[in-house]
Amino acid sequence: MDARHELLDALLDDARQSSADLARQLGMDEAEVDALIDDFESEGVVRGYQAVVDWREVEGEHVQAELELNVELDRETGYRDIAGRIAQHPEVRSLRLVSGDYDFAVDLEADSLDAINQFVSERIAPIPEVTQTVTHFVMDVYKERGITFDRDRDDDRLSISP
Amino acid sequence: MTGDSPNGEHGDGEAAVPLSARAENTPPSGIRRFFELAEEREDVISLGVGEPDFSVPWAARQAAIDSLERGRTSYTSNRGLRELRAAIADHQTRWGHDYDPADEVLVTTGVSEGVDLAMRALVDPGDTVAIAEPAYISYGPNTLFSGGDPLPVPTRPEDGFMLTYDVLDEAGAADADVLILCYPNNPTGAIMREDDLQEVAAFAIEHDLAVLSDEVYAALTYDGGHDSIATIDGMRERTVVFNGFSKAYAMTGLRLGYAMGPTDLVDGMNRIHQYTMLSAPTTPQHAALEALRSCESDVEDMVGEYNRRRRFVLSRLDEMGLDCYPAQGAFYVFPEVPGDDEDFAEGLLNEEGVAVVPGNVFGDGGVGHVRMSYARSMSELRQAMDRMESYVRSL
Repeated sequence: MDARHELLDALLDDARQSSADLARQLGMDEAEVDALIDDFESEGVVRGYQAVVDWREVEGEHVQAELELNVELDRETGYRDIAGRIAQHPEVRSLRLVSGDYDFAVDLEADSLDAINQFVSERIAPIPEVTQTVTHFVMDVYKERGITFDRDRDDDRLSISP
Repeated sequence: MTGDSPNGEHGDGEAAVPLSARAENTPPSGIRRFFELAEEREDVISLGVGEPDFSVPWAARQAAIDSLERGRTSYTSNRGLRELRAAIADHQTRWGHDYDPADEVLVTTGVSEGVDLAMRALVDPGDTVAIAEPAYISYGPNTLFSGGDPLPVPTRPEDGFMLTYDVLDEAGAADADVLILCYPNNPTGAIMREDDLQEVAAFAIEHDLAVLSDEVYAALTYDGGHDSIATIDGMRERTVVFNGFSKAYAMTGLRLGYAMGPTDLVDGMNRIHQYTMLSAPTTPQHAALEALRSCESDVEDMVGEYNRRRRFVLSRLDEMGLDCYPAQGAFYVFPEVPGDDEDFAEGLLNEEGVAVVPGNVFGDGGVGHVRMSYARSMSELRQAMDRMESYVRSL
């Protein structure tokens, strides 16, 4: 694997690691790591760094939903135009064009069920090109962005073994 | 009468009959004392683990579950499932091995059983077994169980812990009957490539030694690949190769390994295996078959992850001023430590709560070193290395 891919892997694993630690793992020096990260950011390879939150552990209500969206295109309006409008809303955490039974897969997050309902009916459904919405509320989360939300996973290995 | 002892109390553990001399004379494992020390403490980060921190790839676990669901719980043939032996032989061609699955491959209950069988099949009372040290802790006792005499062959850090013609000669291995070596090596992380193995092969041929080559870490190399002594001219007919699923596929607890060698040797081992083990456990054999069929990318991912951790740990050791051979295989590093390795390890455990294994338990060649496993998450390694650094600075 080349250095760029190795660094990406390490960042995907833990983006909060110091450049010094990344350098140690990749056999580079710190300045090289910083330069590569700068490249990633300026080229748009890396678009951001975020925490993966297990909302069950956070006080207060937090609701996630997956929205299936069908749209009808016309001569002036393409997928990208519609996506541009939908992506403006902070409730939309991810927005993807997908193959299959519907066009857009949208991840939504808000503070309450009502807020999601309201958002879909007042902000999404009225968009003229939208022909159908199906909202699935998330009931439990087991894995997010490669991280398993497993609260009782112990290391059952012997502390010393040959 | 109840299930308890006749007087209603459990016995005090005293037997009315004596143990055999063999059991009496078996030394306690050198890691036992350390294990007990480490278990006494809370908040220990243990770098003493000799097994992966990954779980068995899911496809292999699923195959084990499926085989149980379908009730495939009978004995297999003594030598192991035919499809598994074929898959093993095929898999091993990547390292230049060419064994007939019909009569040159034996599936065993871990490499441990394989080594024990080979010793019993090759060693007569009074025979000498040369052991390249530092070594896995069971080779010595395995030799004793067969009535043989272990001959330590200490390798040297300045040779990168490789076995050489000279160290074999100096140790008196010319008079030995069997030589056992393990590369990639536990505990040093050393590897030996074909050029390095040539002189060992020459020595074995010159002095007519049988060779046992433990290659259980073959899949875990970082700066290159793996070569086997069995693939050098004149060696196949005198070598038994061992490998298994514990390290590459993180299947330690499923206890599955295999031995490969010329028909006569494998036959001899199987003669003993059929009475002691009958066959290796069936469920893990199904898991292993699936592992070979479909878990290649899982192994690649694990190797990539180990490599990052390896470089991290080596770099931190270097920064704290400890000399360390740059391990290129397995998941261990073996730094030199100041003073006595036992004292160092005990101090590190007591002062900082980091467990490592003192090098002397792996034989004379390990004295003055400690074995540190990087089969731990990066965040644990980071913490362990911080603690170790503060311990080293305090000395």
